[in-house]
Amino acid sequence: MAAVDDLKFQEFDDAANLLAANPDATTISIDEPAEISKNQHGRLQEPGREEDDELLGTDDSDKTELLAGQKKSAPFWTFEYYQTFFDVDTYQVLDRIKGSVFPVPGKNFVRLYIRSNPDLYGPFWICATLVFTIAVSGNLSNFFMHLGKPTYHYVPEFRKVSIAATTIYAYAWLVPLALWGFLMWRNSKVMNIVSYSFLEIVCVYGYSLFVYIPTAILWIIPQKVVRWVLVMFSLCLSGSVLVMTFWPAVRDDNRRIALATVGTIVLLHALLAVGCLAYFFDAPELDFPAPIIPAHNGTTVITKS
Amino acid sequence: FAGLADVSISEDIPVEGEITVPVGSHSPDEDYSTLDEPVRDTIMRDLKAVGKKFVHVMYPKKSSALLRDWDLWGPLVLCVSLALMLQGGSADSKDDGGPQFAEVFVIIWFGAVVITLNSKLLGGTISFFQSLCVLGYCVLPLTVAMLVCRLVLLAGSGTISFIIRLIVVVAMFGWSTLASTAFLADSQPPNRKALVVYPIFLFYFVISWMILTFTPQ
Repeated sequence: MAAVDDLKFQEFDDAANLLAANPDATTISIDEPAEISKNQHGRLQEPGREEDDELLGTDDSDKTELLAGQKKSAPFWTFEYYQTFFDVDTYQVLDRIKGSVFPVPGKNFVRLYIRSNPDLYGPFWICATLVFTIAVSGNLSNFFMHLGKPTYHYVPEFRKVSIAATTIYAYAWLVPLALWGFLMWRNSKVMNIVSYSFLEIVCVYGYSLFVYIPTAILWIIPQKVVRWVLVMFSLCLSGSVLVMTFWPAVRDDNRRIALATVGTIVLLHALLAVGCLAYFFDAPELDFPAPIIPAHNGTTVITKS
Repeated sequence: FAGLADVSISEDIPVEGEITVPVGSHSPDEDYSTLDEPVRDTIMRDLKAVGKKFVHVMYPKKSSALLRDWDLWGPLVLCVSLALMLQGGSADSKDDGGPQFAEVFVIIWFGAVVITLNSKLLGGTISFFQSLCVLGYCVLPLTVAMLVCRLVLLAGSGTISFIIRLIVVVAMFGWSTLASTAFLADSQPPNRKALVVYPIFLFYFVISWMILTFTPQ
């Protein structure tokens, strides 16, 4: 029978002490993913690029990026796969909207807010809201503008809703698709540090359209100057979100191509705003046509309004 | 089985026994056989279920009857009557008039499907048809508003009638949204309730807008 002493538990020394006793033993070391990413990031980073850290957000964005690859593991024909694109809480959506309306200069929207959790809730419902806001505001604005005229008969103009829906959804989905394809193509030629997935681009575009919703409501005011000031203002806000997102992605490229890409992004955004303003909102005439008022003694008096 | 090769059964031993089915008491399954009842009973039962759900919508208390026994008859009737009442909107040209019947129908059903998908994708526990049922039934206050608007428009279409219509439509819009939220909000995860309620708000807002901007020829 073995002695009781032999059956006592033994404390194992930790790996360092064991290795010190036996330096030639074979060992396997498993690094944490974050440490690997930090090493790689340190190697790739050139000395003159400190501003990249600001643009790329805090350090643990690398960790979340690598962990994100483990999230969407359901096959694409199951419902759970699509649920991963709606994995946001109310406060996250509100934060992202706030980030698109008040762009912080120097902070990248994708790195700061999306952080490898792109959602489809925001883009889809912001586009839907924008469609109906533009249609309703356009209708209201035309109604108020033509209110006094005897020849005007109010029509709900319901067909414009479907046109608005097609335009805005096409913009919010096809332009990101084209941009993503273009960035992939350039990435194959020039090694970029920053690259975005398709969903992240869709997310940025969707949230950047949010500032057009209050703009569309304010477009009811029938003053040309007010409307154009609003266009400029909202274009600056949402354009700056887009520019700050995509400038780090194309900056390593040929200077002219980078500028052309960013210029095209802003131009398309401006076209959307101006096109919506022109199509859905009738231009306020500078001079209203003089109404003819029958006077008391039967003669008609033409007055200028 | 080699050892059984020489086993045989004699053919002159009769096999006998009794096969009886114990006559049980009146089993409850027989009550659900609706094949033998008069047609009037069948129709009245469904109509009563639909009517009970209408009452639930008008006085939205947190009851699970609406959710448990879903049916789509009520939403269909409401949708068709709303779309019919929205006909006859004025149009200078064919393109600028009010929504056509098909457009209203598609908006209501497609909108309800999209909202249901949205709430399921956000992690809701309600089933697809239950959600469609609730959203469809909660169109009832807006259908009532449409009826009232048409009656008011028969009297005249001036500013006063517009104000009356505005008040009625806004009140019914609030009622619809509150009713559907009362039924649907509980099935959502708590930190995403607002994300689910907002599309419902937008959906009923669009329907209210169509009702409010209806101008007869």
